[in-house]
Amino acid sequence: MVTVALFWLFAVGALVSGFLVFRLNSMARVTFALLASFVFVAAEVVLLGLAYLGVVIVLMMVMEMVIMAVFMVMYMMNPAGLMPMAMEHNKTGAAAISVGTFVVLAVGIVLVDWPQRAGMPPPDPTVALGEALMGPHMLTMMTLGVALFATIVATVVLATHRGRYDRWGDDLRVVRADEPVCGGIGR
Amino acid sequence: MSLELFLLLGAGLFAIGLYGALSQQSIVMLMMGLELMLNGITVAAAAFWYYVAPSNADGQVLIIVVITAMAVEMAVGFAVVTAIFRARDVDMTDMAADLKE
Repeated sequence: MVTVALFWLFAVGALVSGFLVFRLNSMARVTFALLASFVFVAAEVVLLGLAYLGVVIVLMMVMEMVIMAVFMVMYMMNPAGLMPMAMEHNKTGAAAISVGTFVVLAVGIVLVDWPQRAGMPPPDPTVALGEALMGPHMLTMMTLGVALFATIVATVVLATHRGRYDRWGDDLRVVRADEPVCGGIGR
Repeated sequence: MSLELFLLLGAGLFAIGLYGALSQQSIVMLMMGLELMLNGITVAAAAFWYYVAPSNADGQVLIIVVITAMAVEMAVGFAVVTAIFRARDVDMTDMAADLKE
């Protein structure tokens, strides 16, 4: 009974806070509304017996949303939300598409004859996850590792102010950078 | 509780995120919509693990993949926003529409 009450509490919380993300004006409130949605979903994951993944989601999303708040304040023209403004286009079309998608998904969820439960949860799902990632799902873990490394390289390349072609131009045979300040800034 | 209830929750979060991804002009807000869509997939994966095949860890592995996708999406998204803002003072999707040409 308590579990059912908690499910509904967390579900309504996740949906309402997710909806508030696109209704609030203040960028800080928007970010923390999204964080609240993630925390409610993490609580649902914990309810399903996946305590480790739930805690991982909370920890990761707290950091992610704090970083996102900084970017929101950096890039949004009205970060404090003191002057309400709309930054949306084609609201009606977007709402129609999203509602239609939900209806299609809901109809499928209700009508599909889902398979019966096969087996029981292991005594420690975290151990099972670790054994899977280090065993049959090792390729998944390796792929994620390479993807994260590629992300690090790509983000640095994208975010750096001066890339290779800024320094060297189009001539790939140049052996030394034609720096505007010889030896770099500060020398 | 049942699998259907958790899947309906996931579908609701996915639909809200889809609305944000389609309607927001700010690239950062658009990324928030994408994150909400992945949030819904997280719930669905956890529910599938618990109600369909709890004896193997495939559902948990899928959640790990989704969490990683969230991190990658945010990092690359912010890098792209930084690059396009630095190059052209653009932080809105409508102002970057000529990129599709």
